[in-house]
This record gives sequence, C-alpha cells and structure tokens, in this order.
Amino acid sequence: MSDTPIDSSKRTWLIATGCAGAVGGVATAVPFVSSFQPSEKAKAAGAAVEVDISALKPGEKMTVEWRGKPVWIVRRTPEQVAELPKNDDKLADPKSLRKPDEFTPPYARNEQRSIKPEYFVAVGICPHLGCSPSDRFSSGAQPSLPDDWPGGFLCPCHGSTFDLAGRVYKNKPSPDNLEVPPHMYLSDTRLIVGDDKKA
Amino acid sequence: MAVFNEISPNASAGAKLTNWFENRFPTAFDAYRVHMSEYYAPKNFNFWYIFGSLALLVLVIQIVTGIFLVMHYKPDAALAFGSVEYIMRDVPWGWLIRYMHSTGASAFFIVVYLHMFRGLLYGSYRKPRELVWIFGCAIFLALMAEAFMGYLLPWGQMSYWGAQVIVNLFSAIPFVGPDLALLIRGDYVVGDATLNRFFSFHVIAVPLVLLGLVVAHLLALHDVGSNNPDGVEIKGPNAPRDDKGHPLDGIPFHPYYTVHDILGVCLFLMAFTAVIFFAPEAGGYFLEYNNFIPADPLQTPLHIAPVWYFTPYYSMLRAITSEMVYVLIACVVLGAGFGVIKGRMPVIFKGIIAAAAAVGILLMLNIDAKFWGVVIMGGAVVILFFLPWLDCSPVKSIRYRPSWHKYVYGVFVVNFFMLAYLGVQPVSPLGERLSQIGTLFYFGFFLLMPWWSQLGEPKPVPDRVTFAAH
Repeated sequence: MSDTPIDSSKRTWLIATGCAGAVGGVATAVPFVSSFQPSEKAKAAGAAVEVDISALKPGEKMTVEWRGKPVWIVRRTPEQVAELPKNDDKLADPKSLRKPDEFTPPYARNEQRSIKPEYFVAVGICPHLGCSPSDRFSSGAQPSLPDDWPGGFLCPCHGSTFDLAGRVYKNKPSPDNLEVPPHMYLSDTRLIVGDDKKA
Repeated sequence: MAVFNEISPNASAGAKLTNWFENRFPTAFDAYRVHMSEYYAPKNFNFWYIFGSLALLVLVIQIVTGIFLVMHYKPDAALAFGSVEYIMRDVPWGWLIRYMHSTGASAFFIVVYLHMFRGLLYGSYRKPRELVWIFGCAIFLALMAEAFMGYLLPWGQMSYWGAQVIVNLFSAIPFVGPDLALLIRGDYVVGDATLNRFFSFHVIAVPLVLLGLVVAHLLALHDVGSNNPDGVEIKGPNAPRDDKGHPLDGIPFHPYYTVHDILGVCLFLMAFTAVIFFAPEAGGYFLEYNNFIPADPLQTPLHIAPVWYFTPYYSMLRAITSEMVYVLIACVVLGAGFGVIKGRMPVIFKGIIAAAAAVGILLMLNIDAKFWGVVIMGGAVVILFFLPWLDCSPVKSIRYRPSWHKYVYGVFVVNFFMLAYLGVQPVSPLGERLSQIGTLFYFGFFLLMPWWSQLGEPKPVPDRVTFAAH
C-alpha cells in the first residue's frame, strides 16, 4: 500500500467531493439554526397597547403588558418632578446620552425622560439581566438603599437603583437607564404604548 | 469472524445457552470481562471512591423518573405550572416520582462535587488520566445545562426569572450577544417558545450528550486504570504482577467493588429517601418557595437566587462590579509584568504576552462590567478543564504532598462554601466585598497552582499502595 504512488487526480477529486459535502452539511444546518429564531407569530405579537390613564392618581403606578414585558406608567407628584435634577451628580447617565436610540426616544431626552413631566412611561425591565425592579417610592433610609434615598426603583436581583425618571445610579450593575418605550398620547387620558408614529 | 466454539453435547442447558450467545455476540462477553470481571481496580480505595458509582445511580434515577414525568407534564406556558401541580396532587404516586426527580437533581450535584473533590485530593487528573478528567468536566458542564433547563419546566416564578437572568447573560457578549439571546429564547422575552425548546433540550438533546460523555469517561478510565488514594500506579511498568499478569495491588471490579458499592448505595438511598419523604424542599434549597407561584412576567420576586448548586458561580458573577474590573486589570498587569520580567522564554513570547495583556486591558476598559462578570462565571468552570496542566506537584496524592497543602485545599473548600452562601443571600456591601475576595482566591488557587504546587518538600511515595488486609 505504502509503495503505491499517490494518484493526485484521485486525491483532487476526494478533496473536491469532501468540500462539496461540507458545503451541503453547512447548508443543511441553516434551516435548523434558523428555526431557533422568533416565529412569525412571536414577531406579530408586538402590537401597540392602548391605555386609559384617567384613574391614575399622583404618586401611583400602573403596569401594562407590551411585547410580554411590563410597561410602567408612573404619575409623579410635582415635588417628585422638582427633585429629579438634584439627583444628577449621583447618576451614571443623567442626560440619557448612552445609546439614546435604544433606551430613550428623542421626545424623552430631557430631565424627566418623558413627554409630560408628570407621567413617566418605561419598560419595567432592568437593563442589567432582565429582572423587574420593585417600587421604592417613599424617600428616606430603608433596607438595601442609601439614607438620602429620594424615591425610585430597586432591582431585587443585583441591587441596581434607579431614580423616578428611571435613571440608573453610579457604580451599579446596570449599565443603562430603564428603557423608555415608543409611546404617545391620543388624548389627555389615553396613551398608546409601542407606537409613536401614527397621526 | 471470531472463533466458533463447539461445546460438548453433555454440557448443561445453561452452558449451552451461554455458548450459543457467546458465539453470536462475543463483544458483550468481552465487554463484561474488560469492564467488570477482569477490570482490576486498586485494592486501597476509601469511601471517597463511592461517588462515581453513586453518580451513575443518580443518572439512572433521573432518567427513569424523567420518563414517567414526561407522561403527565405539558410543555406549554399556559399549562406547564398546572400540569406539575396535577402530577403532585392527582397522578397516583406522582408526588413521589416528582420529588425523586427534583431531589435527584440536587443529589446529582452533591455527588458530583464530592467526586470532583476526590479527584482534586488524589491528583486523579494527572498524567495519564487527563482525558478522563476532561470528559468529566464536560459531563459537569452538560449537567449544569441540564439542571438549568429543567428548572424552567415547572414554570414557577423562580423558573421564569432565573431563566430570564441567565439567558440575558448571553446578551452581555459584545456585538452578537443580543441576537444570541434572541436565538436562545425564540421570543423577545422568556415565553412559550423558550419553554418548548428547553423541554426538548432537557429530555432529548442534553441527556444524549450526557450519556455519550459518561461512556467516554468510563472507557477512558478503564483504558488508563483507576487512580487511588496513594497516587501509586498499580499497572505501571514496574508495578508488581502475579503470574497471570494481573496487578498484585488490584482486585477485579466485579465482584469485589460491585458488592462493596452496595453498602454505599444503601447509605446513599437512606439519606436520599429521607429527604424525599421528610424534607423534599430541603428548606427552600432544593425547591425554592417562590417556585410554587406561577410565572408572572410582570413581577420579579423580591429576592431571587439560583438553586444552591449554581450559587458559587452566581456569587462570582455578582462580584464583578465596575470597581472590581480595575482590580482585574491590576491582576493582568501584575501577571504580565511578572511573566515578561521573570519568565525564561524567547523575547518574541514576551512580546506576545505584553501585547495580549495590553489588548485585554483595553477591552476591559471599554466593555461593560456585566460582560466581565459573565466571563468570570464561565471561566470559573472552564478553568477546571486545565487542571491537569496547572498542577505541577511532583507527587499526585495529597497524602505525600507537603502538609501545608492540606490547608490550601481546606481554605479552597471554605471559600467555595462561602461563595455558595453569599450567592443565596441578597446583595449587601459586606457580601459584595467578601465575594470579590472569594473570586480572587478561587482564581488565584488555580492560576497560581503551577507555582505553589511545586513549593515545599514532598514526602516519599511508597512503591506499593498502603493497604491493610481486613
């Protein structure tokens, strides 16, 4: 066997068929890997949600579901709105400059991160690892929070804290502020979450 | 074709039947001899050597109970939680099968952690058993995947939010992360699609890989032979053998160790059944209380923690804050500086080390701490694969290492327990510092092993294993 000279044309064909087979194998893998992607049904489920906010009182929060995620609508009191600029030096990104296209639509790139200063709309999912932060609206010292806590949100999983405009405090696991979803007001009491282009 | 053996017509019916099969399927008979009746295992095994057999037993328990659970379980986000409660309340003896499976998951990790620690103590990963160890580490990795995906199936609050956090870990990877997380979930949030694919992986894909790896682990082990508490090779070129060539320090696995292991199996089953019958939730450690609440995508439980067997790694994940990244950078600078100044190697390698360190530091400064947390968590498991080459001690077994090595291993164990404990607790400033120190020690233990394992004077290793007939 070992003294048989190498038939280079046969070897060329072996390499060629081997390569063709490999290409076929990879091509076959494509549909299987693609099947991991969200289905058409899952993609279609991202429809906008209309919310009636007339019953929301100052200092209260309501939660609606949009694309399977909690969306919060918080009606801040005038005092809470007035407090917001005082937090700026403790926040990681007070002006919402980091990845604004992902986290803050143009109409929310302000101190309150909202269209109307009173109403704050945000996706209630921590940008760190996807837990839903809990409400810590009352100010002052309390467990897991600093003594000069002005009110905001605390993520139970890894301890990220956010102010009442969903802005993350410095040196916390979350790199970003809470996401403000696309939204717009249809009237004073009707809000649509998931769409900001119509009309 | 193999030799065809004719048997005397006067032989017994049993012998004729055996001969009939052996002529037609000699592989099975050879396998029995190679792996059971003529597999010589060292005669000085102590109790640490029970955990391999126990791991196999738990694997069988998990497969059998799993088959029966699938008969009643519904992998559907709307039905899953209810179907598990249905198994618990309405299926005859369903509660027992379910508790066997859920307790089996924790038992698997207890047994496997002890099995790995045995390997660490007696240097069972050293040449020529590197592949045995690597297959074992791969089994550990597959087991973690299996446990994680299985935990989603009851579709309780912990299932849901645990999966949410772990899948989101992947989205921390730069560039491809978010798309990768989307591919894993199959939806924009953890949902029905995620539950279905995790079910498929949990009951088909990962068990197949696991079984294949177990076979590779055992075949490789039986090729090189078992290590023992003395770390003495009983089948080495100079090892004493009897006139048939069998090692004098070994005894056939069957019947000696099969019978011997029955004792261990009985003790294990006593503890295992005690947990199943009297404390199946094990105080919230084996089955977390929040998991008895159906998954709610709008509300995270106030305190979430993974199941106990993942908590050491979870602690390390949480330890990596943006401050900690600077400590890691300092470690890279120190390590690279030491390598460049003190290392005896060509200049070109020193240049490569310096360049790699510079690139690493640049990446560490520019990518979020969240990603480095994921790297540390993954690295804590991956580093185990390299143990055979990290340990440079002249002797294998802890018995003949310098006495202070025992303290190093002791601190390692205490540190591992501390990290596990901190991983269950809510975040606190003290806990964060402790877990950061623990993370540095964990990695220091492994990465500095080439240095510290060579220090000190090893004790003389005997030629034969230490064994007193009893």
